[in-house]
Amino acid sequence: MKISFHINNQPQTITIEDQNTPLLWVVRDLLDLKGTKFGCGKAACGACTLHVEGQAVRSCSFPVHLVEGKKVTTIEGLGTPEDPHPVQQAWIEEIVPQCGYCQPGFMMATAALLEEIPNPTDDDIDNNIINVCRCATYYRMRKAIHRAASIKNDSTTNSVNS
Amino acid sequence: MSDEKRAKKKLSRRKFLVRGGLGTLGVLAVGTYLFRNPIRRSLADFANTVETPYLGDTKTPSIWFEVLNDNSVILYSPKVEMGQGTFTGLAQIAADELEIDIDQIKVVNSPSISGNMDDFGTGGSTSISSLWQPLRELAATTREMIKNEAAKKLGVEVATLSVANGIISSDGKTMSYAEVVDGVKEWKVPKTPALREIKSYKFVGKPIPRVDLKAKVFGEHIFGMDASMPDMLFGAVVRPSEIGAIFEDADIAEAEKMPGVIKVVKEKDFVGVVANSRMEAENAKHAIKTTWKTDKVWQTKDIEDMIKVGQGTPITIQKEGNAKSILEDDQDKITAEYHSPLGAHAQLEPNGAVAYVEEDKATVMISTQVVKITRDEIAKRIGVSKDKVNVIPTFLGGGFGRRLHTPNGIQAAVLSKAVGKPVKCFLDRKEEFQHDTFRPPTHHVLKAKLRENGMIEAIEHNVSSGDVAFGSPLLPGIAPALMGADLGAWRGGMINYSAIPNYRAVSWRVKLPFATSWWRSLGLLANTFAIESFMDELAEKAGKDPVQYRLDQIGDDERGFRLKEVIKAAAEKAGYKDKAENGRAMGFACSVDVNTPCAQVVEVSIENEKIKVHKVTCAMDPGLVVNPDQVRAQCEGAIIMGMSASMYERMYVEDGQLRPIIYGPYRMALMRHAPKEIDVVLLQNSETPGGVGEPPLGPIGAAVANAVYRLTGQRLRSMPLEAS
Ligand code: FES
Ligand code: FES
Repeated sequence: MKISFHINNQPQTITIEDQNTPLLWVVRDLLDLKGTKFGCGKAACGACTLHVEGQAVRSCSFPVHLVEGKKVTTIEGLGTPEDPHPVQQAWIEEIVPQCGYCQPGFMMATAALLEEIPNPTDDDIDNNIINVCRCATYYRMRKAIHRAASIKNDSTTNSVNS
Repeated sequence: MSDEKRAKKKLSRRKFLVRGGLGTLGVLAVGTYLFRNPIRRSLADFANTVETPYLGDTKTPSIWFEVLNDNSVILYSPKVEMGQGTFTGLAQIAADELEIDIDQIKVVNSPSISGNMDDFGTGGSTSISSLWQPLRELAATTREMIKNEAAKKLGVEVATLSVANGIISSDGKTMSYAEVVDGVKEWKVPKTPALREIKSYKFVGKPIPRVDLKAKVFGEHIFGMDASMPDMLFGAVVRPSEIGAIFEDADIAEAEKMPGVIKVVKEKDFVGVVANSRMEAENAKHAIKTTWKTDKVWQTKDIEDMIKVGQGTPITIQKEGNAKSILEDDQDKITAEYHSPLGAHAQLEPNGAVAYVEEDKATVMISTQVVKITRDEIAKRIGVSKDKVNVIPTFLGGGFGRRLHTPNGIQAAVLSKAVGKPVKCFLDRKEEFQHDTFRPPTHHVLKAKLRENGMIEAIEHNVSSGDVAFGSPLLPGIAPALMGADLGAWRGGMINYSAIPNYRAVSWRVKLPFATSWWRSLGLLANTFAIESFMDELAEKAGKDPVQYRLDQIGDDERGFRLKEVIKAAAEKAGYKDKAENGRAMGFACSVDVNTPCAQVVEVSIENEKIKVHKVTCAMDPGLVVNPDQVRAQCEGAIIMGMSASMYERMYVEDGQLRPIIYGPYRMALMRHAPKEIDVVLLQNSETPGGVGEPPLGPIGAAVANAVYRLTGQRLRSMPLEAS
């Protein structure tokens, strides 16, 4: 069957036999956008997090047919080195990544959170950012999330607890 | 490091080969690396927690640097980047001796075909420490070669040249490294030049941002899971769910008819399938009916019964004075037992590979910590000579010891060979959990006799553990004969309180029915948990402050001095108190690993019946710090990963299967468990860099248990630690 959607602001039509194929594999293998990672395939780790209509979605467990007519954003569409998203900017400033494998999922989850809650408290972060990072970079991630919020809100970063 | 050791570390190079042409300079180290016996040397180094040397082949030329036309330099790293920041540290070290800017250097993985491999692989917190000397010498030699050539081209004396940012100048004339290198066919290799003074380094010692930061923030395709090749097909391998299951046969008739299937491949030891897409491969895999042979249906109880001090083979790993007889005679000795559970690596990136086996050669892209072993195993299995197998290591989505064992590379190669095309395949998460090379469970028995004044007269640590280093491809089969005990299992298991007159440590070896191996810091976490919890119990019995009690029983040698310094620094920075206040209490613990002492103070409370860690203060002395930001990052990560292993994680065995098989049920530290404050204090009481990636994992479990005791009076002697 044919499925049409927007990915990173580009229109895209794919042909796929099994419409229940997880969106993750379409994005990675068919569209060659490998910034979105596979960690568990069971919606348990968040490595595959991307946006569908601005909402954070675990794409390993999201059948591709559900994106018909929708807007999908992956880490490749979040920002670029020339024009980074506030979350990416904050991630760079806090030097968050270690192995880096989980990081796109965390950044996508954070970007979606900041749309909902522009100034998340520590509790908001604890309750909403529930991905797994085995390198356990959580300490810097928390700082980066606060920093991203302040970059995004265009306020000074002085108040950030660092 | 002693002068004698330093001399041994020196690479003597009689001859260099150079890959010339088009602005490409490959400096190839040739020479003898002086060991009387490399295997014994490396084992002994581990044993004594001194530096592990660089174990690369120094007799055959291999490529380290390449100068490109844009005047940048590529450093081919024999160590892989798995998050520990090694590429950044190596870039800093090389840039300083090459006299180029940090932005001019790019670190890439050295493919096996270049010959630049380290037999030791990547692990054991040795990447920076083992390359510190050789890499500086190589970089300095390369710089001198370029300078000598520049002097010729410019028609001036070498002594008149000055260098900055890869530009050589003399008397108003300038030339970039790229211009110097251009067209040179024959290179003369000078004697190893004097190294620059460490004080004069521009990058070593500075918090340079990670060199792989952009790649990791913008989602570049750098991992093994991201690798692809033109015309690539997808494979899947059937793996058993039961412990000890041996492949017998498979009915593949149905799978062969599934859509997209190219071929079902039945080997003597496994069965797999190759298809056009990942989904088709997965679907076909589930249609294969496999029969396995299993001798026994294992349960957790069986494993627990095996891991007991007093069972298996004991080896005395440390002995001073007469601890054994003193404790045997003492009716009033203090005794306590501790346990740690079976743990999984749970690294985020599953193990996989892309392999392309052609007529007489093979290319394999893979996340591996042991490039050479991966290559040799693949070469052997597919019958292609080793030098025709190119293993291209990628960035690792976590290592932690999980990628010291890479049968996934062999399986991808076998499938590729069967279809004559590139094949990509990897484990799913259930397979990752069930086919891990686990951190073995442990059982510890500690005994001590105190003097009148409360100080320790004699102490003994007995640890029973599944194999760690034994059975690892990193150690040859003769390792047990050489060393007797499993040096991985007893890492951190020795008594560091050298002022105690009588102490002894004994390791009991147990072979479990599934693979157990290296897990970040090996035995350090569990051994430190046992010893440092016990020290706290003894301090309590003696009625002493637990920090002062430790300080008073550490000797005055160099190791003791450095350990005492970190203990004092941590206690002071944290404002350690041994009494609970306002519903919170502090816990203290310390350890020494790969010659890096580390002390931690944690602050806990109990919230909703759960232990909550608010703050961790960590003082560590890894010697010379190449990148303080990344050393801090390793401390932060190791502390939270260590909390995860000490407070939440546990694998168990049920009806023959290892469980859980997914994140979530395999409980791990998440954002909400991470302390809000981590304060890292770095001391540098040694002139050379020591290990960093594992040492800060040592104290955390014990520090948490000690804090809980001081808060609730409840002594937790089994991990995962749970307040009840
Ligand atoms: S891969 Fe999707 S949540 Fe783990
Ligand atoms: S950075 Fe390695 S898993 Fe998060």
